Amino acid sequence: MTTAASIHTAAPARDRVLAQTRFETSTLLRNGEQLLVAIVLPAMALVGLALSHSPSLGQLNQSARIDVAVPGVLALAVISTAFTGQAISTAFDRRYGVLRLLGVSPLGRSGLLIAKALAVLTIELLQFIVIGALGLALGWHPHWLGLIPAALLALVGTWAFVALALLLAGTLRAEGVLALANLIWVLLLGLGGVIVPPSQLPAGLAHLAALLPSGALGTGLREAFIGGRLAVIPLLVLVAWGAVATYLASRSFRWSD
Amino acid sequence: MRELAKRFGSTTALEGMTWAARQGEVTAVLGPNGAGKTTTIECAEGLQRPDSGEVRVLGADPWGAGPDHRAAVGVMLQDGGLPNGSTPVRLLRHLAAFHQSPANIDALVKRLGIDAFAGTTVRRLSGGQKQRVALAAALLGRPEVAFLDEPTAGLDPHARLDAWDLLRETCDTGCAVIVTTHSFEEAERLADHIVIVHRGRVAARGSLAELTGKSSLEDVYFSLTRESAR
Repeated sequence: MTTAASIHTAAPARDRVLAQTRFETSTLLRNGEQLLVAIVLPAMALVGLALSHSPSLGQLNQSARIDVAVPGVLALAVISTAFTGQAISTAFDRRYGVLRLLGVSPLGRSGLLIAKALAVLTIELLQFIVIGALGLALGWHPHWLGLIPAALLALVGTWAFVALALLLAGTLRAEGVLALANLIWVLLLGLGGVIVPPSQLPAGLAHLAALLPSGALGTGLREAFIGGRLAVIPLLVLVAWGAVATYLASRSFRWSD
Repeated sequence: MRELAKRFGSTTALEGMTWAARQGEVTAVLGPNGAGKTTTIECAEGLQRPDSGEVRVLGADPWGAGPDHRAAVGVMLQDGGLPNGSTPVRLLRHLAAFHQSPANIDALVKRLGIDAFAGTTVRRLSGGQKQRVALAAALLGRPEVAFLDEPTAGLDPHARLDAWDLLRETCDTGCAVIVTTHSFEEAERLADHIVIVHRGRVAARGSLAELTGKSSLEDVYFSLTRESAR
C-alpha cells in the first residue's frame, strides 16, 4: 500500500491549523450574537462610560475617567471572547458531535485546540483595534509603554479564561453552559472588578474582586495603560487561575455529549 | 478486531467482538438498537478505547493514531458532527483543506445533490440533507477505509440509490467501506460481507449467501436477535 499511502496523506500541520483558525474566526464573525457580545456591547459600554459620571471609576494617578474606562472595557472584551464566546461555541460543538468529527479528522484534537486559541486571539486583536480607536476618539491618553505589559496580561488572561470556558463546556450540558456563561459574564461585569476597579467596590467585595481573574485582568490593564508598568500581583492571580483551570479542564473535559 | 470488550459503568457494551473487513468490499454491520454497533465503530475510529481486545485499522491502533492515519480513514458519525453555523459547501471545502489531495468537491457536491442547498446553513437543513453532507465529509479525503454509521438513514429512495452507487464506486477504488444499518434491503443490495451483532458480540458473519442459505436475511436476523430465540 505504499502508493496509496503517499496519496492519502494529511496536509501539513501548519496548514491544517491555519485553515481551522480561519474557519473558526469567520464563523464567529458571521454570528450576529457573538459579534454583539464581542464588539457592540463593549463599544456601547465605553461610550456610556465616557458620556456619563456613574458608576464612579475612581482615579489612578490623577487619571481622567476615560483613561480608567478604556482598559476596563478591553478586559471586558477579552472575557466576552475568551470565556463567554468560547464556552458557548465549544459546548454546542460538543453537543452536535463537531468535536468528535474534527478529532478524527487529520486536524486532530490538539490541532483543534490550537486553532481555537488562535481564533480567539485574532478576534481579540480586532476588538482591541475597534475599542482602542473608539477610546482614542473619546479622548483616551494611554501610556504607550504600557502596550507591552498589557499584551502580556491579555495573553495570560486569555489563557485563564479559555481554560475556564473549556472547563464549563467540557462538563455541562450545552443549555447549561449557555445560561451559566452569560450569567457569569453579567456578574463579572457588575461585581468582578472589570470596568469598575476593585478599589471602588464595597469593602468586602473589593478583596474578592482583586482575586478574581476578571479583577486581575482589569487592574493589570489599567496599571499598564495608566502607569506604563507591569502589575505583578494581577499577573500572578491570572497565572494561578490559568494553571488550576487548565489542570481541571484537562482532567474533566469530555469530547462527546 | 479481536475480542473487543467495553463497559460503561455496569452496562456491557461489547463482549468479545471479533470481525474483520476487507479492502474493496462493503461490510454491513446489522444489529438491534443497543447491540454495540456504534461503540464498535467508535473503537475502530479511535473515538473510544476498548477495555480489552485489539483493533487494527490499516495496520495501526486507531487510538491516538497520527494525522496521516486519520487522513486515510473517512468517518461519518451517527449524529453528523457538522457545525451548525456553517453552510455545506463552505464546510466541505474547509474539511478538504486538511488533506493533501482531496476528492473534487464540486463533483462530490453535485453527485450527492448538495448543490441544491449549498447556501443553507447546516442548522436549517433537513435530516436527509445533513446525512448527505456528512457522507460527503466522510468521503472527501478519498479514504482507504470509511466508517459510516447509518449513512442512508433518513434519505429518500432516490438519494439512497445515489448514495449506494457512490459507496459501490468508493469500494471499487479499493476502499474498505463499513456501514452500520437497520435496513435489510441495504445489507442485501450493498454488502459483500454482513456482520450481525447482538448483545455486544457477533451473532453471525459472512456473505449474504453464506448467512442466508435458503431463507431470507430478515428471517436469519430475527432468529439470531429476537429475545425469545436466545
